[in-house]
Amino acid sequence: MVERFKQLKGNGAGKTALEKTVQATKKTDASTDDDDLVICRCEEITRGEIKAAIRNGIYTLNGVKRITRAGMGLCQGQTCQQLVARILAEELGLSAADIDPTTARGPVRPLRLEVFANR
Amino acid sequence: MPEKADIVIIGGGVMGCAIAYNLAKEGLKPVVIEKSDIGGEASGSNGGGVRQSARNLKEMPLAMESIQIYGQLHEELGMDVEYVRQGNLRLCTSEEELEVMRQAVENQKKVGLELEMLDRKQVLEINPHVGEKIVGASFCPTDGHVNPFLVTYGFFLKAKSLGARFYTHEEAKEIRMKKGRVTGVVTDKNTFETDLVVDAAGVAGRKVANMVGLDLPMRPVFSEALITEAYPPLFKQMVGHAKGLFYGRQTVHGSFFWGGFVGTEQFIYREGKPLFHYIGPAISQMVIDFFPVLKDLNVIRMWSGLIAQMSDAIPVLGFTQEVPGFVFATGFSGHGFGLAPVIGRLISELIMDCKTSIPINDFCYGRFHKGSDNDCSCQGNATCTTVTAVCPNKREWLKSI
Repeated sequence: MVERFKQLKGNGAGKTALEKTVQATKKTDASTDDDDLVICRCEEITRGEIKAAIRNGIYTLNGVKRITRAGMGLCQGQTCQQLVARILAEELGLSAADIDPTTARGPVRPLRLEVFANR
Repeated sequence: MPEKADIVIIGGGVMGCAIAYNLAKEGLKPVVIEKSDIGGEASGSNGGGVRQSARNLKEMPLAMESIQIYGQLHEELGMDVEYVRQGNLRLCTSEEELEVMRQAVENQKKVGLELEMLDRKQVLEINPHVGEKIVGASFCPTDGHVNPFLVTYGFFLKAKSLGARFYTHEEAKEIRMKKGRVTGVVTDKNTFETDLVVDAAGVAGRKVANMVGLDLPMRPVFSEALITEAYPPLFKQMVGHAKGLFYGRQTVHGSFFWGGFVGTEQFIYREGKPLFHYIGPAISQMVIDFFPVLKDLNVIRMWSGLIAQMSDAIPVLGFTQEVPGFVFATGFSGHGFGLAPVIGRLISELIMDCKTSIPINDFCYGRFHKGSDNDCSCQGNATCTTVTAVCPNKREWLKSI
């Protein structure tokens, strides 16, 4: 993924006008004042916190999850993962398709300890 | 063109970051190579226990110093790392376990650790939520727990601000040597020229040692953990079973962390980090037995990690006569997290001044060749000629440039 990041950075000159416009729009999006927008509803993590982690050098969804708690709540990122992936893509200049999803963790839905223990 | 580096640290977990931070503070410009994310392996999947009780007696001086560093780490790193120093209860369920625990407590008191044996009534005073099976416990009031992600991240950020360079998503492939000495590190993307390499690769530490022709009696041991939804504050101690079968804590966030073993993991381990369908239920059963009040809490996530288990369950630290320029800081056998701050400081002292403020002789690589002239009483010691022979004394070097 990071390789792709470097490739993209290097090939900036070869981009079409449309791609450049799209990128420029994204840049403006990212720099608007929505840093206090809540991205992860379960853990109440804002866009600004996520961006700060990425700018500090955390380049994966798993990493962002560990540092910020975005995606660690009751829904396990089912709501916010796509949004965090988009922020990552924007910050790194990648396509959202290049962002690996977080490692899937069981159980799929919250499960009571007593049930899990098979009591 | 190879990049020049004062020192290359292989492994960007809590050890690598702590060592990089301490060295950067001394004025070196370390390079850290990490194959995944910062704290992506064991540092990102452990329980965050900061414990002295039931440590190997050889590790005790390190563990005790580590507690002191953790106490002011938030100031040093400039961020809250959620350190809670409210003690560790190691719970016993039978007279037999109590007897073993009493003996262990006596031994630990002899090396200066403050801890005591509690009967059931005393345990209930400290933690009123324990189940009926609990007959007693050992209690060490200065133990505690911390958020492992934040500690690793804090060391990483601070090291970076002091001039350490981090190369993540980059894997060390080869360590170059000339006339038996380390001369560089080749990764899948870069080449670094350096005369010093630290093996802080945790579970991959053996692979890194293999790159310079050394081997370690280390194997990966599989461990699993689960986390529950958040709950109002219930207790602040780290808790665990006397035999270490399970352990856990309530995090500052409110969720309960529980980790554990069933005993067969080391035999069923295979490449990757699989989840075994029976370990989660086994942990859950123990949790319900020990803390019945939690039975209705929801489990929301499970994960697994690998422990770099040494044959004698203590780490390998310091220089080795065999390969000048190669420094071990690996094989923590599951005790690494609690020790990380002190290891960072000691490895940095060793590299800067060829001596450490706490002896690390017991952890030398030479201990694996009994009877050879690699005597552990010598390695890592200031007066030791073999160590000064391989020691770079970076402080002198810094003055000279």
